[in-house]
Amino acid sequence: MYSQGLIGSDSSTDETVEFLAAFQARIDAEEKIEPNDAMPEGYRRTLIRQIGQHAHSEIIGMQPEGNWITRAPSLRRKAALLAKVQDEGGHGLYLYSAAETLGVSREDLTDQLLDGRAKYSSIFNYPTLSWADIGTVGWLVDGAAIMNQIPLCRCSFGPYARAMIRVCKEESFHQRQGYEILLTLCKGSAAQKEMAQESLNRWWWPVLMMFGPSDGESVHSDQNTKWGIKRFSNDALRQKFIDATIPQAKVLGIEVPDPDLKWDDSLNDGRGGYVHGPIDWDEFWRVVKGHGAMNRDRIRNYKKTVDDGAWVREAAMAHAEKRAARKLAMAAE
Amino acid sequence: MAGSADLFAALIELADDQLILGHRLSEWSGRAPILEEDLALSNLALDLIGGSRNIYTYAGLVEGKGRDEDDLAYMRLEREYLNCLLVERGNDDFAQTMLRQLYFAALMQPYWQAALASNDETIRGIAGKAVKEMAYHVRHSAEWVIRLGDGTAQSAEKMQAAVVEMHPFTEELFTMSEAARACAKAGSLPDRESLRAEWSRTIASVFEQALLTVPEVRFPQSGGRQGRHGEEMGHILAELQYVQRTHPGLTW
Repeated sequence: MYSQGLIGSDSSTDETVEFLAAFQARIDAEEKIEPNDAMPEGYRRTLIRQIGQHAHSEIIGMQPEGNWITRAPSLRRKAALLAKVQDEGGHGLYLYSAAETLGVSREDLTDQLLDGRAKYSSIFNYPTLSWADIGTVGWLVDGAAIMNQIPLCRCSFGPYARAMIRVCKEESFHQRQGYEILLTLCKGSAAQKEMAQESLNRWWWPVLMMFGPSDGESVHSDQNTKWGIKRFSNDALRQKFIDATIPQAKVLGIEVPDPDLKWDDSLNDGRGGYVHGPIDWDEFWRVVKGHGAMNRDRIRNYKKTVDDGAWVREAAMAHAEKRAARKLAMAAE
Repeated sequence: MAGSADLFAALIELADDQLILGHRLSEWSGRAPILEEDLALSNLALDLIGGSRNIYTYAGLVEGKGRDEDDLAYMRLEREYLNCLLVERGNDDFAQTMLRQLYFAALMQPYWQAALASNDETIRGIAGKAVKEMAYHVRHSAEWVIRLGDGTAQSAEKMQAAVVEMHPFTEELFTMSEAARACAKAGSLPDRESLRAEWSRTIASVFEQALLTVPEVRFPQSGGRQGRHGEEMGHILAELQYVQRTHPGLTW
């Protein structure tokens, strides 16, 4: 589903000044960096961490939405939700493949996720408590993901940029699907509309946190911007998201839970935009550091999946080896 | 010509099999042993659920009481579901899931193949799509049964345990209810019993490669086709029907 403002990357590097300048010249010329090209170790490390984190978000993100597959209220919704969660798994797969081009294995990345060295988006540590949450996650979480990912389609690292183009197309479909779920609820009974409002109340602030801390506090932004990994500031993306989303909430007839929200003509170079109330960054850091409602469950569930599947993966390997040996023996005869 | 009540009941048997098995497969979403297989299991589930929608919709038309796919899928009592017991069995492990799929698809592939010759145009249409899907389900599940049967000692043991556990439920795949019999006689739906030999050949061929033995089943389990289900069925329906039962009569 999506990457968050990068948490805890280390972009330090010790290549020569000439090498770094030549690399920077390629980035500045908007050339794509490909897996076999020379690159600073810090660039490689940063990308492995960001792409890995993004892949993990897709995989962990399957849990909150998967939570409603067996309870989806109609066959059409059930099929659509199952297909959506499957898409998220597919995104995880492309992203792990993109990371693998940088010399790290899917297994290593998975180990990092399970032992807590690698993070995933903080948003998936919130629970999906009602059917409306499936609409809200599509509309807002995928909507925020798209805002973050569209600039990544122009990321300097070729495999990541290309993966993002496909991912963005699918996310945009998911976002419309989520909005349509909410539109149906908001046009329905009073109880359905209340379900939609209650869901928006819970998700609004955590979604705004998805863009990461304010730029003043985000320590890695500068180098990542120079390297063409990051194109816009966290605050700029968050502003774009809010400005695009508020009119959509008005169409639904539900309200974001921000009493301080107001229009300001002077924002966005005089085109106007919404000013929002203060974001609770203590909550953000608490959740990022593992103390959200669902952090422990998400990792425990995923660890169980990985552990429970070990015998199947071993059997598949053993069978493939047996087949190869038989083929060899037959060829020798 | 079979009466519309017979055709309705026979279609419900088919649709319920697909819905309940699709539901079981969908429970694997996010939990499969390998990411690629997670995507594949969702594909299998989507084929079955998609197919069930077409069959329920047609059953509703045949019945003529204005019930649509969701009325039929969500708003019946447990005793009114006519799926066989095999498809409702829980996901014990990956070996049992793949075996259940093989047992089911090895019948349904020739079933839909035969249904291409139905004298009912809608059924021919449904069969045209399903026959291709079931061929893939047979191939995919057979590959896994072989891999696990002829993999490690542990996987072979789990695979054979799944066979012992699940084989008693296969007999009911061939049960012909009165409604199904009437439809077979009328030429609208195939006779399941006539496909037994082909099913047995498919299973024997896969088991030979998987180094599995077919157990002797002295006491086959059945009841689903008469609406007598296992204890797990109520739990499936409790989840499946939760939103519809909590807020009846709304659009979602």
